[in-house]
Amino acid sequence: MSMTSPSAIIKGAYSLITGLGVTLKTFFMPVVTVQYPRQTCEIPPRFRGHTKLVGDEENPDRTKCVVCMACVKACPSHSIKKIEGEKKEGEKKKTCTEYILDFTTCSQCGICVETCNFDALAFSADYNRAVYTRAECQFDLVKEYEKRK
Amino acid sequence: MNEIINIVGKEVVRNVIGLVGVLVVVVVNVLILTWVERKVSGHMQRRIGPKEVGPFGLIQAIADGIKLLGKDIITPEDVKKPLYFLAPIVIFIPVLVSFVVIPFDSFLQVKDINVGILVIFAFSSLSVLSLLLAGWGSNNKYSLIGAMRSVAQNIAYEIPLLLALLPVIFMCNSFSLKDVVEAQKGIWFVVYHPIPFLIYFIAGVAETNRTPFDLAEAESELVAGFHTEYSGMRFALFFLAEYSNIFIICAVATIFFLGGYQGPILPGIIWFFIKTYALAFIIVWFRWTFPRVRFDQLLNFSWKVLIPVSFLWLLITGGMLKIL
Repeated sequence: MSMTSPSAIIKGAYSLITGLGVTLKTFFMPVVTVQYPRQTCEIPPRFRGHTKLVGDEENPDRTKCVVCMACVKACPSHSIKKIEGEKKEGEKKKTCTEYILDFTTCSQCGICVETCNFDALAFSADYNRAVYTRAECQFDLVKEYEKRK
Repeated sequence: MNEIINIVGKEVVRNVIGLVGVLVVVVVNVLILTWVERKVSGHMQRRIGPKEVGPFGLIQAIADGIKLLGKDIITPEDVKKPLYFLAPIVIFIPVLVSFVVIPFDSFLQVKDINVGILVIFAFSSLSVLSLLLAGWGSNNKYSLIGAMRSVAQNIAYEIPLLLALLPVIFMCNSFSLKDVVEAQKGIWFVVYHPIPFLIYFIAGVAETNRTPFDLAEAESELVAGFHTEYSGMRFALFFLAEYSNIFIICAVATIFFLGGYQGPILPGIIWFFIKTYALAFIIVWFRWTFPRVRFDQLLNFSWKVLIPVSFLWLLITGGMLKIL
């Protein structure tokens, strides 16, 4: 069937009109663009941001971290640089006072989260972590917890 | 004012005012059409389109114009300088001339020439020359291929363009655009001639090098076709001419088939612009719907379908007019 036969023209015209219908329909559909700095999307619950320390439900002043160092050993890229803790009076467990995460090498693999026996680590929903220097990528998670609190 | 009129004569003053008016219409039309194009393309892809500059992004086109004005004009080495410089000017002048004969309202027409439609077609065929100048002068293989394609295409589609209008010209016995509009007081010619209207519109889209007939500047294969080597204001002139040509094609379709400025209640000029921009919207709609045709399909469609059908319709119209 050649392109210029009457049946081909009618068939082609029909398909063109169908195509126009499709674009007209999408023309009146609501837009899906999110105007980013002004609007933000809801972050899904399983989103992997950098890790964060989870607060203790009984005592909100401290996190669940007991400074067992399991995450430091488990981290495949040695991104957890330093964990400091002290034992406060009247408490059984150690309290974490400093938790330095090197975000330049962390790939959010989540092995530290899985390793933690105390459920002290979780993924945050924070994705606005662009910085100007490498030094700013050394996150102190305890300080961030305090700020969040 | 009266002194000036006395010195240079009424006709000259009228022409100067008309020319300034035409320039304003050309520029404003480009601003509107580019905005419409971007908004429509955005919404058809479920985006928003321009929205930052001014309310609904209305001033975006002006911002773009200022950017183009401020750009450094680059002339590539080894271009054929006279041709290269001449092309953007040659493409822009016919556009201005075509606007002169368009009746925007019963009283609003720079000059009612008794061969109005022939003036439009004679001058818009000059744009082919300009594309060829640009393509040849640029010393660039993409430009040359684009120009060659566009020349073959424009020659093929100019014939059905005029043939589709001839039945209407038969019926009102005049080439003057104003007479054609006045003849449609009762009923629009699209009712008598639906097929020529369709043929004219298809050929018009091809004549303005718009998708699906945009082989001359096929972005995905020829960079930008004939205007690959142009930048800054020189590119802006091609851009201006392209969008003005869309307006002219739509305006002529409005005048010949949709009753021009005729319409109830609203003033004529508003009817004219409503009809013209409705057609322009359809052209934009085409662009965001249809894929590009192949070159042999393009030429076959013109020579084997559009031209024979429009000749047939012309014969029928002539016969009917003789009998009735």
